[in-house]
Amino acid sequence: MEGDAIAVVQSVLSGIALAIGSIFAVIGAIGILRLPDFYSRMHGAGITDTMGAGMILLGLMLQAGLSLVMVKLLLILVFIFFTSPTATHAVAKAALGSGLEPKLGGKEEGPSKT
Amino acid sequence: MMMVTAAAVLVAMALAIARALSGPTVYDRILAINVHGTKTVLIIAVLGFLTDRPEFLDIALVYALINFIGTIAVLKFRRYGDLGQTGPRAAARSAEFHQDDL
Repeated sequence: MEGDAIAVVQSVLSGIALAIGSIFAVIGAIGILRLPDFYSRMHGAGITDTMGAGMILLGLMLQAGLSLVMVKLLLILVFIFFTSPTATHAVAKAALGSGLEPKLGGKEEGPSKT
Repeated sequence: MMMVTAAAVLVAMALAIARALSGPTVYDRILAINVHGTKTVLIIAVLGFLTDRPEFLDIALVYALINFIGTIAVLKFRRYGDLGQTGPRAAARSAEFHQDDL
């Protein structure tokens, strides 16, 4: 009886985490497609890589329960959390170093060339 | 719920591919392909659960590593025009490589 309750709570929590992850993944992808400029598109990439991937993997972990599968999912999560910001940082440094100007709002004269 | 997640990840992958095809600069394309690779890891993991084959997770783990190394390799190739060389010769080649920028 008590085991049943735990299983229900587990599956409901996993469903909620998967739903939140799906929503964040799609929102981040829309941001990558729709935002006006490369440096703002990186914001969308950040959303999909942290909240999207994190929540979906958390939902799968809750579904798996305590086992080797959960350890593997945790490893994937740790790898993504280390490599994704590193890759995004490298892309940003490369873009800035090659002279791609960020699009600035507000001022009429546009970005300053220094 | 698992089906919904798989569909959402597929939609996100399609949107990232659209940006990779239309991106004005090469860095937009690299960023979009990086996101597409992360989403591929997720879809492999979700499909492993959907089809009840947990060994798919090993493939997802390897894909996460390959994706990161691939992004860094493409960036280095873009910067130096060569994956093996470093030092002054590579810098000189990079200077002539970047004549026609972006």
